[in-house]
Amino acid sequence: MKKLNNLKNPKIGNEDPQLQLLSNAEYIVLLKKMITIRIAEEIISDNVKSGLIKCPCHLAIGQEAIPVAMSQFLHSDDRVYGNHRSHGHYLSLTMDTYGLFAEILGKETGCSKGMGGSMHIVGESQGFGGSVPIVSATIPVAVGAGLAMKLSKSQSVSVSYFGDGTSEEGVVHESLNIASYYNLPVIFVCENNFFSSHMHISERQKFDSISRFADAHGIESAVIDGNNIETVLDTSKKAIQAARLQRKPFFIEAVTYRLKGHVGHDDNVDVGLQRKEDLEPWKRKDPIDRLKNSLISKSAISESDFEFFNTVISEKLNKEFDQAVSDPYPQKQQLLETVYYK
Amino acid sequence: MNKKITYGSGIQTAFEHVLENYDESFIIGQGLWSPWYVGNTMVDLDKKFGKERIIDCPVSENSVTGTALGAALNGMKAIVVHPRMDFMVLASDQIVNQAAKWQSMLGGGIKIPLTIRAIINRGGEQGAQHSQALHSWYAHIPGLRVVMPAFANDARNLLIASILSNDPVLYIDDRWCADLEEEVTELQELDIKTIGPKIIKEGSDITIVGSGFTSCQALEAGKELAKDNISAEVIDCRVLNPFNPDLIIESVRKTGKLLVLDGSWKNCGFGGEIIASVSERFIDFKAPPIRMGLKDSPAPTSKPLEEDYYITIHDIVNNAKSI
Repeated sequence: MKKLNNLKNPKIGNEDPQLQLLSNAEYIVLLKKMITIRIAEEIISDNVKSGLIKCPCHLAIGQEAIPVAMSQFLHSDDRVYGNHRSHGHYLSLTMDTYGLFAEILGKETGCSKGMGGSMHIVGESQGFGGSVPIVSATIPVAVGAGLAMKLSKSQSVSVSYFGDGTSEEGVVHESLNIASYYNLPVIFVCENNFFSSHMHISERQKFDSISRFADAHGIESAVIDGNNIETVLDTSKKAIQAARLQRKPFFIEAVTYRLKGHVGHDDNVDVGLQRKEDLEPWKRKDPIDRLKNSLISKSAISESDFEFFNTVISEKLNKEFDQAVSDPYPQKQQLLETVYYK
Repeated sequence: MNKKITYGSGIQTAFEHVLENYDESFIIGQGLWSPWYVGNTMVDLDKKFGKERIIDCPVSENSVTGTALGAALNGMKAIVVHPRMDFMVLASDQIVNQAAKWQSMLGGGIKIPLTIRAIINRGGEQGAQHSQALHSWYAHIPGLRVVMPAFANDARNLLIASILSNDPVLYIDDRWCADLEEEVTELQELDIKTIGPKIIKEGSDITIVGSGFTSCQALEAGKELAKDNISAEVIDCRVLNPFNPDLIIESVRKTGKLLVLDGSWKNCGFGGEIIASVSERFIDFKAPPIRMGLKDSPAPTSKPLEEDYYITIHDIVNNAKSI
């Protein structure tokens, strides 16, 4: 049985990634994507704090490397399904920060036309099939996408993102069995950030590695540092290739850390959670800083380039947010017009 | 006299029609390769259309339903079969929280051609977990079409309409209807949005409304009442959600009397919904309406208790006369 071992210790294994898989230019694109997701969520966080955003927002600050690396090898006809904490999953495929802001503000210009808010987002044309907050619910849906791909003999794959807490719901195990038995092209991506809402994994499970459930169903798996973009790129490439070419599932357990609390802007350090001592070391294992450091040490970018990227992206996103704030709300008739297909 | 078909063969014909004409259709569910689970309604479909498209599967109701939903969201006409409606309760997350809500939650414009077939399979001393008729639960949910045919041609045409719909449909058929015959009519591809309650016997003295098997009972009771010169108008609901009560209201305007049959419990049940829908728009009843349903207990196994548990034609006739 796999164990997290050193991966759960933020003070160990926090060296900067070895950048070998892609070109410098490609890594810079990935860095900008990660910065975009980070700044988008920081803007959301600030506006949750100010009260302008009312809907529950579950932020994935600190977890950006996983979806950005996964999406590098996905196509628009692949299908990705998420959960309550899916801003990064969505943005890594779409880069549609404006549509996300508008959605969270409940505006008709949102990616779900203002009907979903933070927890129900969709970007079908770019491959994001949908996210919902009942944590395990999209896992069989992703398996079903894989079944459709198998039956229609396409070369597409489906991706299911979920957290460690999700493995405590039974449908996960049913779904792993089905994906394995029927050889479906599904990549299960468990973002093990140690928390299910307020509870640390040590308060919920006997063992810390979720990939043991993949092993139980005969699904090939890898347990990796989810804050090291090179590791995630390497594993996701292998996993997506296995699904695309060999038509079989793969399970990635990407160990990461939720730098924000369960929901909203707060860090959740003063509410009795098991994270006070862990938070600062995990902040030093920030996936964006680690990629930045690697690029600087390769002389691909300078510190001032990094600052410039942040400034430009921040200006763009703040303008988009202001635009979304001034956008109209959905018409009242939209409530009844979207219940059934039109 | 025209050829007759059974309700069960109507279902079989519908599946064959869809599988032959729509390559993107497939069926997944427990017992599809076995005659024990689905009676005479899916005979040899696996042999005719292949085990890739007719998938007998693990006993994982929730995941299998979600898998069908995922396939429906990705270009397939997906059909999932729950041979006992009781077991489908395990799939309620995927039905109620997911299939019914994705359209609205994600802003509309999403095709979800998912058909969930649930079989009500009561009687035969099977007891409390092989007997439930839970249509009222699911008819409560916006976004989920709930269809409940009572007669053979409807069993066929409504199943085809369900599968061709771009909305998730819960299609509920009843094992007690499976062998009932009807003169065959034309197979049609209908738009489910155009289907609603139907008058199956015209009358002027009392309106009797049923859904699924109770519509068959209502029709039988109507024939009995005719012997005593009571002219019953019998209406079969057919589609429970979204529910259009207009036809029933029009009938009660004419008869002034309403007897509602529900093959499940009365409290918060569909029978009450029918009476409420009529009462909201019509108050000039000649007598208070009556709803009939099951006794307020889980289904028994012991034979005499079971005989006492379900609605009988005799009770329907007596109630109709008492109004």
